[in-house]
Amino acid sequence: MSLWRQLTRGIHKLTNRNSSDQEISEEMQHFLDEATAEFAARGFTPEEARRAAKIQMGSMISAKEEIRSYGWENIVDTFFADIRYGLRQLRRNPGFTAITILTLALGIGANTAVFSVVNSVLLKPLPYPKSEELVSLHQEAPGAAGLFSVSDGLPLSASMYVTYSDHNRSFQSLGAWTSGTANVTGQAEAEQARTVEVTDGVLQALEVPPIIGRALSSADQQPGSAATVMLSYGYWQRHFGGDRSILGWKLNVDGNLREVIGVMPRGFQLVDADFDLIVPLAIDRGGKLRLAGFEYHGIARLKPGATIAQADADLTRMLPVWMDSWSNGPGINSHFYEVWKITPALRPLKQQVVGEVGNVLWIVMATLGIVMLITCANVANLLLVRTEARQQELAIRAALGAGWWRIVRALLVESVLLGVCGGALAIAFAYEGLKLLIALGPNSLPRLAEISLDSRSLAFTLALSLLAALLFGLFPAFKYAGTKISLVLRSAGRTASASRERHGVRNLLVVAQVALALILLVSAGLMIRTFQSLRNVDPGFTHAEHLQIMRLSIPPALVAQPQHVTRIQNNISDKLATIPGVTSVGFASEMPMEGIETGWDIIIPEGRPDATEENQPLRMFKYVSPGFIQTDGTKLVAGRDLTWTDVYDNRPSVLVSENLAREIWGTPSAALGKRFTEFGDKREVVGVVADVRENGVSEKAPSIVYWPPMTRRSVTYVVRSDRTGTASFLGEIRSAVASVNSELPLTSLRTMQNLYDHSLARTSFALVMLAIAGSMALAIGIIGIYGVISYTVSQRTREIGIRLALGAQQGAIARMFVSHALLLAGIGAAIGLAGAIELMQLMKSLLFGISPRDPLTYALVPTVLIIVAAFASFFPARRAAAVDPADTLRGD
Amino acid sequence: MNDQNTDMIQGTLDMLILKTLSLEPMHGFGISRRIEQISRGVFKVNPGSLLTAFQRLERAGLLDAKWRETDNSRRAKFYKLTRAGRKQLERETTEWTRRAAAVALLLKAEG
Repeated sequence: MSLWRQLTRGIHKLTNRNSSDQEISEEMQHFLDEATAEFAARGFTPEEARRAAKIQMGSMISAKEEIRSYGWENIVDTFFADIRYGLRQLRRNPGFTAITILTLALGIGANTAVFSVVNSVLLKPLPYPKSEELVSLHQEAPGAAGLFSVSDGLPLSASMYVTYSDHNRSFQSLGAWTSGTANVTGQAEAEQARTVEVTDGVLQALEVPPIIGRALSSADQQPGSAATVMLSYGYWQRHFGGDRSILGWKLNVDGNLREVIGVMPRGFQLVDADFDLIVPLAIDRGGKLRLAGFEYHGIARLKPGATIAQADADLTRMLPVWMDSWSNGPGINSHFYEVWKITPALRPLKQQVVGEVGNVLWIVMATLGIVMLITCANVANLLLVRTEARQQELAIRAALGAGWWRIVRALLVESVLLGVCGGALAIAFAYEGLKLLIALGPNSLPRLAEISLDSRSLAFTLALSLLAALLFGLFPAFKYAGTKISLVLRSAGRTASASRERHGVRNLLVVAQVALALILLVSAGLMIRTFQSLRNVDPGFTHAEHLQIMRLSIPPALVAQPQHVTRIQNNISDKLATIPGVTSVGFASEMPMEGIETGWDIIIPEGRPDATEENQPLRMFKYVSPGFIQTDGTKLVAGRDLTWTDVYDNRPSVLVSENLAREIWGTPSAALGKRFTEFGDKREVVGVVADVRENGVSEKAPSIVYWPPMTRRSVTYVVRSDRTGTASFLGEIRSAVASVNSELPLTSLRTMQNLYDHSLARTSFALVMLAIAGSMALAIGIIGIYGVISYTVSQRTREIGIRLALGAQQGAIARMFVSHALLLAGIGAAIGLAGAIELMQLMKSLLFGISPRDPLTYALVPTVLIIVAAFASFFPARRAAAVDPADTLRGD
Repeated sequence: MNDQNTDMIQGTLDMLILKTLSLEPMHGFGISRRIEQISRGVFKVNPGSLLTAFQRLERAGLLDAKWRETDNSRRAKFYKLTRAGRKQLERETTEWTRRAAAVALLLKAEG
């Protein structure tokens, strides 16, 4: 009842401010009238009576204020008054307001955008039920270094999957999968579809049910069972218009008729693979299964309560079981793989999906946090300047009875208003920024489709805006709220030079800005240097932008005879070479950096009795067509290229990489004519080619044996031409291929430049983000220095006038201000350097070819910063020197 | 405000108002004069505090207010005790008596 009364009366009073004021006035008037009447009754004259009554009443105004200030609604009311007052103040200074809000919006917007990315990519769980139980069966094999890229680790072989699946104690379900492509025929035109092949256990581990139909069951994955296939939502929509009656239809996938049994829901990805079809991977546990064939990703769901460490131990226990259960053929030591030191190192599935980008994102987030601090320092400086100009107003408010807290509150409310306006604009900036980011689609960023400005991002923006507002608002609020009225009013307009103490805070803020900006610029500088050294690495091929590459598969259903496959590939090669503008053509089992699983094996050089299968390292092997090396631009160091005669006469000719030749035979030319055994065959080296960075620019070039093309059904073609990428050129390529066989689909048409850029993607992404942060910091820092020097100049105009009048040189005056700026920048740079040397250690994993203490960067960045600071202060300093002494002294 | 006898013990103003109104509805000036008279001038009530106290008591539901004519035909806001107000007065009176007795005892013991 009483609470209700509090509420209703309060609201009534709030909404009827005037009438409730009126009521108080009337009641007080009545009080006064009665008192006057009383005094009159005691014999006072009416005049005296009124005076006496008034004296007795005391100050009507303060009494009224006292009455008014009762009740909760009063707090709300003064809060609204503060907001109205704040808005009025901000409107009165549109220039200041606009600059402040814009600066804040940029700072907060950049932070919001990156937070959204961090949130969507790193923080949000993967879109599978209880995704924290999911692990990727990552394994390391330090004894087989150089065979796999370090980040991918050793994939599972089919026999490994079977062993793990049968004998494990830690998993609810476990499966192996791989992604690839398949020809889908029987529709309007032959088409290549992206597939994922999954064993039993993969879909069970992910626990995502299909939206229609059923999921693959164990029965579907038995060898020889009825052939089935599942569709992705996108493929179902694009090809069948979302028709539910698709279930039971048959698709011709790579020559096999497969029945459609289900469709996965929209947005479902298999770990990081975007696919069209899910094809069951039936593993024949019969005698043909070998130890080798490491080509599958392993995925598993841990039993509730099981830890990754327990699961690692479980896998370690099963490795000997695996080696005992299978072999690579009669007479081959099945415990050979002990040399590899296979070590299970399971990872949460999220880590597998996110990969190394997490590192980059956290660093970017941290740098933008620094940008935010610089922004706050800058806005605090602007506010200090402006509040200083308002000292008289504040003093008058205090004189009229506003308490200290009331003034602090009013100033803070203004800051919060600025913060909130900045935050609101920041959301618009962040939204646009994210749209741009997704459109650019940096391919090093996983889960790109999941990135959005969600409620968590918005809460982050709000919190950041308020926190920033408090941070920059506290400086002026506490500095000026307690100002003594007498001091201000006395010296109004007559301030000669501001006191040293008053400049102290602002100088400190500028020093902090410069220091922080320097740290960011050093990080950006190191990334630029990293990028430079990566660009300087010779990848082993030339003019990547003129290399058109494409993938082509010839399925057995189309061409049954293996010998014919090479013929057809040769014909296509010849056709492509006739296209105008093409200088040369070749094909290979895969291109450098293409990320297709490569083969490797041991070679035993002839005449080395000490060399055995056990003690020789593994070498990568690739199949390349004659002309491939030349097309790629890889240098032939010694000997000759492969020829079609080598291919068709089944000659044992091979090429080797330069590092392999040097390792085994000493020099490239010494390798020519030498023989070695591989796969039980004798091979003869006919040529030595330059090293190629197969696994990416930043990874070591592996030693490689290049074989002639022996019936590889899937190959990558490479065409050198300066017409790459044009629509007409691609059209001519398609028709050239179709003229050989119209059933053959081409896929993955790209330029070699795409692959090259992809291998630099992580570095370029980090570079772009840090460069943006660095430029923002530099720009804001310049504004900060310019602002402080300008303000100092405007405050000291009178002093400058006097100095000039007394004969000071203009140049000396200008130098005084510039050297002030240089002093601040110098101190800031020194502090920043000290900080950078420590902080840059954190960036080590992103750097390549340079030290985190790269001397060039550390010399250049402070120099640039100080030159820029000199420029920023030069303009206000010149204005100071141009002051007319007569004007300043006449003023006021 | 210069006399020591204008000081009002914290929290007693509300009780005195309630007590004064327990006899009959009154307007603000009347209440202030009545408190002064009955206390023989020991308590002088500041109009500001008094009117604030009215706001508070009314908001708490202890008083009701209504504008009407006074005897000398001026318009004034008259306050009346509500039932809750009457109960509150009883409670406060009991409490006050208990405390006053306790304080008196303590003072006696000191002497």
